[in-house]
Amino acid sequence: MPFRTPLLASILGLATAGAVLADTNPAVDARQAQFTLYAHNLAVVGSMAQGRMDYDADAAQTAADNLYHLTRHDQGRMWPEGTDNASIEGTRALPGIWEDLDDFTAKFVALQEAAESLQAVAGDGLDALRPAVGQLGAACAACHDANRAER
Amino acid sequence: MQRVAVFVFGLALLAGAGFWWLTRPQGLDDADIATLMALDADPERGAGVFWAGGCAGCHSAPGAEDDDAPVLSGGQRFETEFGVFIAPNISPHPDHGIGTWGRADFANAMMRGISPQGAHYYPAFPYTAYALADLQEIADLQAFIATLPPSDAVAPEHELAFPFTFRRGIGLWKARYLGEDWVLQGDLSPEVERGRHLVEALAHCAECHTPRDSFGGLDRAAWMEGAPNPSGDGRIPGITPGALGWSRQDIALYLESGFTPEFDVAGGSMAAVVRAMARLTPADRDAIAAYLLALE
Ligand code: HEC
Ligand code: HEC
Ligand code: HEC
Repeated sequence: MPFRTPLLASILGLATAGAVLADTNPAVDARQAQFTLYAHNLAVVGSMAQGRMDYDADAAQTAADNLYHLTRHDQGRMWPEGTDNASIEGTRALPGIWEDLDDFTAKFVALQEAAESLQAVAGDGLDALRPAVGQLGAACAACHDANRAER
Repeated sequence: MQRVAVFVFGLALLAGAGFWWLTRPQGLDDADIATLMALDADPERGAGVFWAGGCAGCHSAPGAEDDDAPVLSGGQRFETEFGVFIAPNISPHPDHGIGTWGRADFANAMMRGISPQGAHYYPAFPYTAYALADLQEIADLQAFIATLPPSDAVAPEHELAFPFTFRRGIGLWKARYLGEDWVLQGDLSPEVERGRHLVEALAHCAECHTPRDSFGGLDRAAWMEGAPNPSGDGRIPGITPGALGWSRQDIALYLESGFTPEFDVAGGSMAAVVRAMARLTPADRDAIAAYLLALE
């Protein structure tokens, strides 16, 4: 009898830890927040490129600078093993990411390069901005195509 | 007793003959073939049909880069509840592609789902949509494919379980699902009609965005309302006006750039669709948007 209660408690403890893990995994939250910030800044340069918003050199440059820095955020603690969508709830990251980490990294590097090119031209007018935004969007899409599940 | 046996045997024969009759491959009729053979084919117009039809999305090699002149070597895998289908090589290679196919062979494949040898194709190849295309488009499309680089790649066999390995049975499926009329009916503006042609005959958007019934046919009553992802991951979103809530401009720009109104970027199997749609004219992307907004 004295053994039972602690055992039960520890099982319950494990179960709640599991439930917390399933709902809010800090690494998953962090990477999703990072992507939300990408979209937040892409919205500025993207709206200008699409003609939804008038071109404004300062606003474009600020958003492009942000994207440059955001894409340099170290990814080291954002992608722990076992945080794919086959293992836990609340993520759209596909298991293939961990099966070919080199490819995933290459796609991040391509994104960094596209953000750097955008930063270099964002203040130089709409004609310079447009293709650079297209290139950045293609870098986002190339990774989502291979590594992000449908909703 | 013997009489009963003869009777049962006769019934079985009749049933067999009935099955054979029902499932026989039926190509285009003679009048269509005659019209088809008399057409002048234009590869430039064919390029438009090719991108609208999304051929490269399925027939390029897995992970191939976006390319003006894609190599249609095949090899991509499509997971479904019936098994895995693998896209074949449709490059103009004479031995390993479709380089030596006649125009009627090509048209029967595209619009009737029948191979030059008279076998049924699986509907993973969306010929139920292409059946609504114009003969001129099919002739132009073949002329464009002939300009693409040949590839000698050989795609692996499909990985299917019995009875789906039995192609003859597809005839029954076709009797039910091939040859349907347009889904969107009524008095349509020329723009919406163009959008309908692009969406229903060529771009086969419904193949992903419409749920299927238990035989794997599209549930036309739930047209574009969203569907489980055939590969098992998540759901493909609905794109009816109610499900989407996007403006005409939102839809047209998404098809061009992959950017949603919130500036998320399209992924999954939609990424390849966007790469193809980006090559259409702005007027055609607008027409697709107009069509989607005319649903319901
Ligand atoms: C190297 C791969 C990669 C690149 C490059 C990439 N993404 Fe993502 N993105 C992902 C993955 C994986 C997820 C799913 C993350 C999860 O759910 O855990 C995701 C999710 C998202 C989300 C949804 C976030 C949420 O709240 O669930 C948005 C928005 C997004 N990305 C925008 C972008 C934008 C904009 C770009 C380009 C500027 C971009 N991504 C570039 C891989 C990438
Ligand atoms: C959704 C994916 C998909 C799309 C889009 C698609 N195909 Fe296919 N296609 C297939 C599959 C799978 C097969 C194999 C069918 C079978 O074996 O029964 C196939 C078979 C074919 C064949 C027969 C090849 C042979 O060797 O017998 C031709 C020709 C063909 N497709 C042409 C096209 C063209 C042209 C387009 C664009 C208008 C196109 N396909 C679009 C998946 C697709
Ligand atoms: C091969 C399957 C496939 C085909 C064909 C396809 N789609 Fe999609 N579509 C998807 C998937 C998967 C998504 C979700 C994309 C994501 O996760 O980022 C999507 C997303 C969308 C969205 C955005 C929905 C949202 O809520 O974010 C629109 C609009 C759309 N598709 C329109 C179309 C149109 C128009 C066509 C035909 C021209 C089409 N799709 C053809 C698979 C497909």
